[in-house]
Amino acid sequence: MIGSFKQAKKDEEDGCGNPYHSVDKTSVLQEARVFNETPVNVKRSTHVLTKILYLLNQGETLATKEATDAFFAMTKLFQSNDLVLRRLVYLGIKELCNVAEDTIIVTSSLTKDMTGREDQYRAPAIRALCRITDATMMQAIERYMKQAIVDRAPGVSSAALVSCRHIMKDSPDVVKRWVSEVQEALSSDCVMVQFHALGVLHQIRKSDKLAVTKMVSKLTSSGPRSPYAICLLIRIVARLIEEDEAGADCRLFDFLESMLRHKAEMVIYEAANAIVTLRKSSARDLAPAISVLQLFLSSPKPTLRFAAVRTLSKVAMTQPNAVTACNLDLENLIQDVNRSIATLAITTLLKTGSEGSVDRLMKSISSFLNDISDEFKIVVVEALRALALKYPRKQAVLMGQLADMLRSEGGLPYKEAIASTIITIIEDNPEAKEKGLDHLCEFIEDCEHTTLAVRILHLLGREGPRTRQPARYIRFVYNRVILENAAVRAAAVSVLAKFGAQCETLLSNVLVLLQRCMMDTEDEVRDRATYYHAVLATRDSALIHRYILNPPQFALPSLERALVQYLRADTSAPFETRAVPTAPPPQEEKKAQNIMEVAPRQEERVVPTHEKYAEQLSAIPQFANLGPLFKSSAPVELTESETEYMVRCIKHTFRDYIVLQFDCTNTLNDQLLEAVNVVVEGEDWDVLLYIPCPSLPYSQPGSCYALLRIPEDIMATTGTFSATLKFKVRDCDPATGEPDTEDGYEDDYTLEDIEISVADHVQRAARNNFAAGWDELGATNELEDTFALSAMSSLEEAVTQVTQFLGMHPCDRSDRIPEGKSAHTLYLAGTYRGGHEVLVRAKLALSDGVTMQLTVRSDDPGVSEVIASAVG
Amino acid sequence: MWRSKEGKECLRLLEVVADLLKFVNPRALLSYFRSLIGSREMRILILGLDGAGKTTILYRLQVGEVVTTIPTIGFNVEQVTYKNLRFQVWDLGGQTSIRPYWRCYYSNTDAIIYVVDSADRDRIGISKQELVSMLEEEELKSAILVVLANKQDMEGAMTVAEVHSALGLDALKTRTFQIFKTSAIKGEGLDQSMDWLANALASRK
Repeated sequence: MIGSFKQAKKDEEDGCGNPYHSVDKTSVLQEARVFNETPVNVKRSTHVLTKILYLLNQGETLATKEATDAFFAMTKLFQSNDLVLRRLVYLGIKELCNVAEDTIIVTSSLTKDMTGREDQYRAPAIRALCRITDATMMQAIERYMKQAIVDRAPGVSSAALVSCRHIMKDSPDVVKRWVSEVQEALSSDCVMVQFHALGVLHQIRKSDKLAVTKMVSKLTSSGPRSPYAICLLIRIVARLIEEDEAGADCRLFDFLESMLRHKAEMVIYEAANAIVTLRKSSARDLAPAISVLQLFLSSPKPTLRFAAVRTLSKVAMTQPNAVTACNLDLENLIQDVNRSIATLAITTLLKTGSEGSVDRLMKSISSFLNDISDEFKIVVVEALRALALKYPRKQAVLMGQLADMLRSEGGLPYKEAIASTIITIIEDNPEAKEKGLDHLCEFIEDCEHTTLAVRILHLLGREGPRTRQPARYIRFVYNRVILENAAVRAAAVSVLAKFGAQCETLLSNVLVLLQRCMMDTEDEVRDRATYYHAVLATRDSALIHRYILNPPQFALPSLERALVQYLRADTSAPFETRAVPTAPPPQEEKKAQNIMEVAPRQEERVVPTHEKYAEQLSAIPQFANLGPLFKSSAPVELTESETEYMVRCIKHTFRDYIVLQFDCTNTLNDQLLEAVNVVVEGEDWDVLLYIPCPSLPYSQPGSCYALLRIPEDIMATTGTFSATLKFKVRDCDPATGEPDTEDGYEDDYTLEDIEISVADHVQRAARNNFAAGWDELGATNELEDTFALSAMSSLEEAVTQVTQFLGMHPCDRSDRIPEGKSAHTLYLAGTYRGGHEVLVRAKLALSDGVTMQLTVRSDDPGVSEVIASAVG
Repeated sequence: MWRSKEGKECLRLLEVVADLLKFVNPRALLSYFRSLIGSREMRILILGLDGAGKTTILYRLQVGEVVTTIPTIGFNVEQVTYKNLRFQVWDLGGQTSIRPYWRCYYSNTDAIIYVVDSADRDRIGISKQELVSMLEEEELKSAILVVLANKQDMEGAMTVAEVHSALGLDALKTRTFQIFKTSAIKGEGLDQSMDWLANALASRK
């Protein structure tokens, strides 16, 4: 089948069989003049309009003028009553309305069509009309929309309801007025109309939890007939249960369970899927859902088998025991003709099966690995990774299998997945390290992916020097210098330097190799070789530590800005690197989405980066001379969501100052706020300056600022502030936003307290080699203390809490705790405000709460003290 | 393709017909041919300020009764058959925001029906300006103009003569035009104006 698809694709590229293959924008727009002919030339117009639609769907874009011209020409086609042509016109309107101007010109024509007698016109006319109608014109069509929602023709009603969901985005208030019509549509006889009506109804009430609960309890007792609507209802119910923190409402859960006995398969599946995905489900709750899915496993329909096995494999990730009951059915599916089903069955079995079955499963995997797509191969690799962590004793078998897979055909994502699985195993199990490194070394001897080769080289540089025989890796690394492209060569040079820096015995040989690299054709490679050679040749271990093993991690844009500033001023004094903020190490990425996981629902808010903040702040004249921005905190909400005014606070730390930025939003559409300010008060802190926000109209965010001087005494640099929002209210017309009255009145609004903690003074920093850094810093400013963290019940919790509290970065992967251990050491690194290095070693022991021995080293006694006292 | 023998016979036939036609009134001949070809629809625009009654007139002509209308955002286009003549009638919205788009629909227009609200003395001046600037358009140079002094049923409406002078129709020298008093609600005056328009279109060169 894939073959024939490929064939079809090839045909398409060649243009055979596609009459629109050689269509060109300019000539089509010329041809569009035919629309202006009277009487309408139906046949040619249909053809030309189809061409335009084809072009737009191929991704061709039109300029505003072109689109507007084509649009107005197209409006003339309304004089023809040809059915096909008219429906093409609707499509044309929808395609062009985002680019063309003045599209309201077809409003009357569309309203006529949507209220007319021809059913074929009505639904598409509604959809087109809703696209060209903006918030201001919505009232003009309101009456027609209300009628259409409750129309007797299901297609018309559905079109109106679906359009409601689009209108919701821009004018939610208008759609809210149609609620009784939507409610009426919910009791329609047509399954699709019910489904769409429920969707709209839920969207209208989404933000009001009480209303949703009411709607759900009404619907669950008198269930809608449409299976589609029930599926949607199940999703809504599942979300309600998930959000309900007080404890599961058992009526809701009973509803889900009762739906497992519904007659429609889609409803049964949806209910089972909802139950197993619920985070709160206990093993007992899961049982009925799992047994339903188990029945599906032997269904003759491939879609059902696929859905069931896919869901079970998801469950197996978290609750493998619950799925064990299905093992026998899963075994049968390994032979399934559908390879996707077979793959999922095997990977599920890998998670649920016993240690003894691993070898057998591995064999059946290798038998069909070549038949499945890369996507599913990655699923297999992920399963192997989980398996390796679960059964350390099987790692040798798995490693062999992975090495085989590494050698076989496959794309970059697949190879990356394998390599990172091997890396995980190496990190998890020191015994497997050398074996794993050998496999990887062999792989990079013949690796076409630059990024992957660089990544593996980097790993070699980190792990290789600490193995028993570092010398054997040198050959693989130096081969890269001879054979590969510039990026890989440069990486290899850095790795050589790391070997030289850590292995006394190899140093002289490495120096010789680096010498040779200085002849390279590429600048970057030569530069690196020269630099490392010079540092290593000094044989000064402090220098080597600082510039090879733990190089400074400046934020490059800040470094650039600092250097530019330095060059402008007097350059007789040496450049001060301390003032340059260090770049926080990248937060560990969430594990790559694999195809097994549903895409996350929440829309991600884009958090401006450090650089963006720095730019924004330096644009404000009062803040221009504060020096470089050291750190910006994540936004903290100072109000509950959905209150009259919403305020978020971002703390910007400079060397001697803190700027509090308040992002305010006014959610009252009948008020215009002026002179908006947040007044803060705290002991020992001086507020030097407020910058109020002059005007805050409805729903347009604005910012105001407060500038604080950080107290001299380093022990007084943390504190709690009370905050009050002060402003002047002017009542205004909700529709226009114009204020009614000349002058308003003063008002204030109490916000939640603001905390300035130790973490606000500390920037996370990475150390490639914590031990080297620890020794280099020395015991001069060392402080040690023991704490009993009685509130913590596990080591994991303690690790996250301490890391978060100090705002530092865990090194040497010490944030991961091997399972079943009762003691652990956490290494943290950070930079304190003013550029002071801070390292923390926290020895944790689990015994009736967590006991922690905290050792702090830094280059400043005050900093050590403030960090050590922070935990207490 | 005709074979040559048949072609010759045809030619001869045509000559005979031409001889006969010498005895016929050329004007009647023209209308005879037009009724033969007459399938081409006439394209008519109905223009005027908002609330003048354009949409009401359009549907009065099409279905013969008064329909409730709402302000036209954009246009309505309908086929109208009047005494066996077929017209394609475009009713363009008259709101200030829509008037600029009238010009998009000027080309190939055979006639313009310009509707005036005779009771709206305040805006007759604006109506005149719109009329004048429209008539200056090159594309409408040869279009026939019918002015309807509408809403004659209302009290205090201007007479035809008043409307005539308020619109400055005296200044029109070369254009074929006529003004009628109408009431779209009562259906008065529309038939006369359409009769005149049908004749004017028929007798146009």
